[in-house]
Amino acid sequence: MQRETNRYFKFDWITIILFLLLVAYGWLNILSASHTGQTIDYLDFSQPYGKQLMFIFLTFALIVVILAIDTKFYERFASLIYIVSLLSLVGLFIFGKNVNGATSWYAFGGMTIQPSEFAKTATALAVAKYISDLHTDIKTFKDQIRTFIVIAIPAFLILLQNDAGSTIVYAAFFFVLYREGLPKIYLTIGILLVLIAILALKFGALATSLGATTLILTYHFTRKRKPAFYNTLFTIIICGILAFGIKFFYSNILQPHQQNRITLWLRLEKDPVKLERMKKREAYNLIQSEQAISSGGWTGKGFLEGTRTTGKFVPEQHTDYIFSTVGEEWGFAGSVFVILLFVLLLLRILHLSELQKSQFSRVYGYSVAAIMFIHFMINIGMVMGLIPTIGIPLPFFSYGGSGLWGFTILLFIFIKLDSNRINEW
Amino acid sequence: MRQLLLFISIIVVGLVFIFRLFYLQVYNANHYDLFEDPAIRKVYDYPKRGFVFDRNGELLVSNQPSYDVMVIPREVKPLDTLEFCSLLKIDKDQFIKTYNKAYHYSPRLPSVFVSHLSKEDYAVLQEKMRKYEGFYIQKRSLRDYQTSIGANVLGFIAEVNQGQIEKNPYYKMGDLIGKQGVELSYEKELRGVKGVKFIQKDRFNRDLGPYKNGKFDTVPVPGKDIAITIDAKLQAYGEKLMVNKRGGIVAIEPKTGEILALVSAPSYNPNLLVGRQRSKNYNKLYNDSIYLPLIDKGLLRVHEPGSPFKALVALAALQENVITPDYTITCVGAYHYGGRRPMGCHCGGGRRSLIKSIARSCNSYFATAFRRSLDKYDNASMGMDVWSNHMKSFGLGQYLGTDLPIGKKGNMPNGAYYDKWYPDFRWGATTIISNSIGQGEILTTPIHMANFTAAIANKGYYYTPHIIKSISNQDINKDFVTKHNTTINEEHFDPIIEGLFDVYENGTARFLKVPGIEICGKTGTSENFIKINGERMQLQDHSIFVAFAPKDDPKIAIAVLVENGHYGSIYAGRITSLMIEQYLKGSITRKDLENWILTHSLEEEYLKPYSGKPFTIN
Repeated sequence: MQRETNRYFKFDWITIILFLLLVAYGWLNILSASHTGQTIDYLDFSQPYGKQLMFIFLTFALIVVILAIDTKFYERFASLIYIVSLLSLVGLFIFGKNVNGATSWYAFGGMTIQPSEFAKTATALAVAKYISDLHTDIKTFKDQIRTFIVIAIPAFLILLQNDAGSTIVYAAFFFVLYREGLPKIYLTIGILLVLIAILALKFGALATSLGATTLILTYHFTRKRKPAFYNTLFTIIICGILAFGIKFFYSNILQPHQQNRITLWLRLEKDPVKLERMKKREAYNLIQSEQAISSGGWTGKGFLEGTRTTGKFVPEQHTDYIFSTVGEEWGFAGSVFVILLFVLLLLRILHLSELQKSQFSRVYGYSVAAIMFIHFMINIGMVMGLIPTIGIPLPFFSYGGSGLWGFTILLFIFIKLDSNRINEW
Repeated sequence: MRQLLLFISIIVVGLVFIFRLFYLQVYNANHYDLFEDPAIRKVYDYPKRGFVFDRNGELLVSNQPSYDVMVIPREVKPLDTLEFCSLLKIDKDQFIKTYNKAYHYSPRLPSVFVSHLSKEDYAVLQEKMRKYEGFYIQKRSLRDYQTSIGANVLGFIAEVNQGQIEKNPYYKMGDLIGKQGVELSYEKELRGVKGVKFIQKDRFNRDLGPYKNGKFDTVPVPGKDIAITIDAKLQAYGEKLMVNKRGGIVAIEPKTGEILALVSAPSYNPNLLVGRQRSKNYNKLYNDSIYLPLIDKGLLRVHEPGSPFKALVALAALQENVITPDYTITCVGAYHYGGRRPMGCHCGGGRRSLIKSIARSCNSYFATAFRRSLDKYDNASMGMDVWSNHMKSFGLGQYLGTDLPIGKKGNMPNGAYYDKWYPDFRWGATTIISNSIGQGEILTTPIHMANFTAAIANKGYYYTPHIIKSISNQDINKDFVTKHNTTINEEHFDPIIEGLFDVYENGTARFLKVPGIEICGKTGTSENFIKINGERMQLQDHSIFVAFAPKDDPKIAIAVLVENGHYGSIYAGRITSLMIEQYLKGSITRKDLENWILTHSLEEEYLKPYSGKPFTIN
């Protein structure tokens, strides 16, 4: 009896309320960014805001289904879900539809669906399942490799579809693995890699290698207990290879528009004429987006009052650049509100994850937080010009059925798992 | 510890975002201004510029429509330049040059591409304008001069330059602004306030409709009509008389300070500075270094005042009580002082009273009066200060404060001025004696001369000379109806006026009398030097004349300067007589006099110094 009455209160309502707020606020901004003309017909399904409203209603049906399914299902069928998801990604090479250069969509009649949005959930389930297996020890190199393969397969398939942005999201699993005991050396190497990459591009591979060598040698000779010399030598060689490798990667593997985005971000181009041309081609969205945000001031121009939003000055404003609408129409106050909603949601998920009794739930919860964090960081960072342009959506905010459903499934599976925290099966 | 990595990352990213937002939206953001918003098209509605009438209600300046092709460089799409250029009647080089200039000014603000299309070109172009993205036609109003006179007074309008836009944000690229004359002085009244419509546009520059349903749109406020104090008939007559001569005429109504005529010769037809030939014509006028048609000689030509100044010397001496109206000297044909070279006099010699001295322009008399005025004080410097203040009360040595945008101070030295020249105080009245006859360091412009003549006619006061009669029936600036009193008592003016009257009766202007009008006047001759290639040369003297009439109820005070015109009575005197007759009678009885002026030219005189050949003067 006790169980029956508490049935609905077992779900974490704080998370659900934060989710609802984000979806509702997001929709208002999609409405603003996509409406045309003076009249708004909310059920006009030819307009993004009308479609999104429909997606949101369907989302509630989806939520009911997710919460109705037994908790055990997700853990038991994690592998199957993962394999189905991989198949859906492979299928794109045969049936996929090309949009904006990426072959990431299936088209059914008038609808398109993007399997990569769902692959994140599947991968999170698979990683949770694998790590929580009693035989798995993440501290061993063998299991590290296996876990890496589980993550890398979908990531690689998505990269092959020419959707580099969505591939980067899989870096989120680093946070998860680290939490579950991945050796510190990976963190060190990760930080080193990012550092050397930036330095090598900004100041050149040779200068970076020499700088690194000097630092490492200084460290070697000032330590009281001398580290083994071959260790030091090894580190120096690694740094050198990384520096030159990154430079090679940048010049020979990256596509020209990706090079340009990094060039603009690191301010590598000194020739003002070339810079101007590059800005015009690559940074148009970014400049418009920054200016739109900037023009919002403290309190914004008001809902549906953004002149740049109304004039559609920011391309893709209802999808990847939705945050610039918030900036222009709701100003500093409304933008900070969005940031706070996300930070609270992420911290709440993190907090709940730590409370989980089962490792599966904890790893999955961690994955949810990490994936959404990467999206949050990259999307808003990009829109405000803090990181190079990488086109991935802002969870719950950006227009798109696949994205909305993908994140909803991702989140609500965790809410369902969390509702069974006590591990009652 | 491992739990903290993601936790801290989330918080750090959240904080970085908030700082970035603060930087973008608060710290680094410009104050939001609808006018600066690229998403809003501003469509200006230019009001009618006010008309200009003369004092008798004759229309001088009205408007005509004009069409400019504007460009917003950023919005220009590849186009059929060949066809576009042929429509605009320009060549491709010019297209590229103008486009680059506009782009350099601003890629996103409109610039003028081709100005002043003819009505025919406009009709053809309007049909096809749609095809050329980034270009549009802006209708403006140009000036339409109903007269060919008064260019220097009326001034002109032209496109604002960047400096003016920066100084006053009201103006946008391509707007017209008064640049000279009353167009400049009364720019704000004449131009009105332009209306603006805000139109929401999209990134492809398509109009989406009025911004906020036109909540912020404004309607244009039409410019006000003004009437100026110029008498168009007198002005036209003055310009006619000054044909083939260089110089200026300033005629003032003494009772009000209203400028009746302000002639600058040679002048130009104001219609030359309207329309597409404007800049070509302007450059031609600007580069004429001999006749300087753009320079208003009545306001800007600085010269020594010459003999008319003697009237003021006498007034100061009377006020200082160093002479009386009955004071008499004996002129020996020269003024001897301090063992130096005597100052010559061409009055004929003999006993000279005040009135006779003015009539005959006796140098010795005024040298004596000047010397006595200064010697009254302990030292020359103190005396000069007192004397200088008397002169300054007639408006000399300072800007008169007229409502015309240009002017010159002239020069009226005081004691300190000469103390600097002669540091040991080793100077006295005789050192600077040439000031007494208007040939020293004192410098004036024709309007200074007309102004002090008006003050004499008024017996001791003047009103600041001004050009504005009324602005849409409102009162004019009250500075112009404030009396400026001179430091000379009223009673001292009577003998001076008698003397000036005698100039016409028995003096240097005997042959210039106008039947039926009692004129008081004074001839003047001013030495004329120029520097050519660093060499100082003396040229033919300037001919000067000042007068007012009628004697007992002055209606006009006038100063005439004819450059290189020799004796005052030759050119300036004749012109003065004709001007007074024209103004007071409305017609000319002495046709021979008029004919003489119209047929005599000084053009040869002006070319002499540039001919490279030796020449004689006087």
